[in-house]
Amino acid sequence: MAQVRSERPWRRRAEDAAIWLLLAAGAAIMFFPVYWMFATAVRPKDEVFSGSAGMIPSSFVWSNFGEAINKMPFVNWTVNSLVIAVIAVVITVTLNLLCGYAFAKFRFAGRNVLFLGVLSALMIPIQVIIVPLFLVISELGLLSNYWGVILPRAAEAFGIFMVRQFMVSIPDDLLEAARIDGASELSIFFKVVVPLSKPIIAVLVIFTFMWRWNDFALPLVVLMNQDMYTVQLGLNILRGQYNTEWTMIMAIALLSLAPMLVIFTFFQRYFVQGIASTGLK
Amino acid sequence: MAVVETLGRPAQSRPETPAAQRRWWVAARTKLTPYMFIAPNMALFSVFVFFPLLYAFYVSLREWSLIDTPRYVGLENYERLFSDPQFWQSLRNTLVYSFATVPTSLAIGLVLALALNRDLIARTFLRSLYFLPVVISSVATAVIAAWLFNDNYGVVNMLLRRVGLEPVAWLSSPRWALFSLVIATLWVRVGFCMVVYLAALQSISPTYYDAAEVDGATRFQQFRHITWPLLRPATFLLLILSVIYSFQVFDLIYVMTGGGPGFSTTMVVQYIYQAAFVSSEMGYASAMGVVLFLLILGFTLLQWSVNRRVEDVA
Repeated sequence: MAQVRSERPWRRRAEDAAIWLLLAAGAAIMFFPVYWMFATAVRPKDEVFSGSAGMIPSSFVWSNFGEAINKMPFVNWTVNSLVIAVIAVVITVTLNLLCGYAFAKFRFAGRNVLFLGVLSALMIPIQVIIVPLFLVISELGLLSNYWGVILPRAAEAFGIFMVRQFMVSIPDDLLEAARIDGASELSIFFKVVVPLSKPIIAVLVIFTFMWRWNDFALPLVVLMNQDMYTVQLGLNILRGQYNTEWTMIMAIALLSLAPMLVIFTFFQRYFVQGIASTGLK
Repeated sequence: MAVVETLGRPAQSRPETPAAQRRWWVAARTKLTPYMFIAPNMALFSVFVFFPLLYAFYVSLREWSLIDTPRYVGLENYERLFSDPQFWQSLRNTLVYSFATVPTSLAIGLVLALALNRDLIARTFLRSLYFLPVVISSVATAVIAAWLFNDNYGVVNMLLRRVGLEPVAWLSSPRWALFSLVIATLWVRVGFCMVVYLAALQSISPTYYDAAEVDGATRFQQFRHITWPLLRPATFLLLILSVIYSFQVFDLIYVMTGGGPGFSTTMVVQYIYQAAFVSSEMGYASAMGVVLFLLILGFTLLQWSVNRRVEDVA
């Protein structure tokens, strides 16, 4: 028994070291594509086509970025993407909070049926209904209109889910007390519920921004006017038209990631927490 | 209490005293409130999800190029679909792609989660590196993958040449194009599975393992009888989400291979897109959408019932 005990920490440490090395190697592979994108973006152009470029660029041509931005309407795309993402975040997060709150804190006739509706909305991928959805959007006169990409995704089943899970734990007594004090339902929501929900709001803001920033299928069919293109649509036409200008494509691709990389670095904890709360309990 | 009492007596619907009146008003208001709160969401869902779904059935029974008026053709679109080799190929591609990505991403995700759940140096940093690709858009992923797997100048072939191997036609040969797509997909999916499994692992109480240790259970037995069963909800969630994701994959493939070479990487959703927005066959595209919807529904219900049965036995 004593022998086992003295042997174990050593064995465990050796095992940890082996696992750590494997994990580090795996992580290096996972990160490599992002690094290679960067390495390509800053290389001298002719080096890209030598077919034997080194792991580290022979020289760092930072002006590649400026050149790519000048050559492409990248600023325009970014503004479009930002406008869409920010408006979508404001609307979606507000609606998610209202709806999730109702499902978490009220008992009402038809609640289960309606929640089942939310569930099934989660299961209907947009690609399945893309044709009729396009017809609806066109019928509403929202083709080539930012609202045509914002409104169809404004009700987000995942968000409702997360809010519901979170708000179930808000004590009923708190809401009851406010009600007895004569507060209106809306002011209870904004003055009691919303301040208590800051963590979930942060998660929703991050996720909604990410989803809308990364959207592709819907903008592709709705935004027919090139002036309205988002970063993702722009990246797609770049890839189609300039298949050989990899330095430029990689520079733009890297810039298109920038907002997500920044958000990810700062809110990494929330991402993990957010995913963990998307329906695991 | 008082509220319930007041509501329980319908004859006395207008209470006399001001206090009781107020309670009555509060109760009535509380009843209406939830509907007001969910109304905007439900309106949006109705217009942009449920109505389009019904509309898809309607359009699928018609021939319609958008410019002309829809013409009722009955089940013709569905009949055409069954004898369309390209539809079958796209369906086969979708199934092959799903079977290649779903189990693999879950398995790798689980192994990563188990490893990263140990007390290791810099484990938060390692976790972030594995998770990072999840936040990268499919379009960017596709652009990066297309560059890495570029037949002539891609780094993958460059490395193969450097170690003395033959370069592979990653994107221009049908077999390898699908393989490249699977790799690109795993790059994104593995981190997601890892995080879900990590969250599940952390909710398992350590007392189970302590007890098993006392009983002399081996590490494998502990995994087999404690960890794996307790991870079932996470596995179930990941399975459903991954299958749905795989069936609807569009952005990545549209940008990376465009469905080619030939029809070798065209998935059902891309064939739908092509039929609708390239050849303007709204009816035919809708019919495929309906079939895809039924497939996803079928798979989900199947997994649901299997999960139920397993849970009943356990």
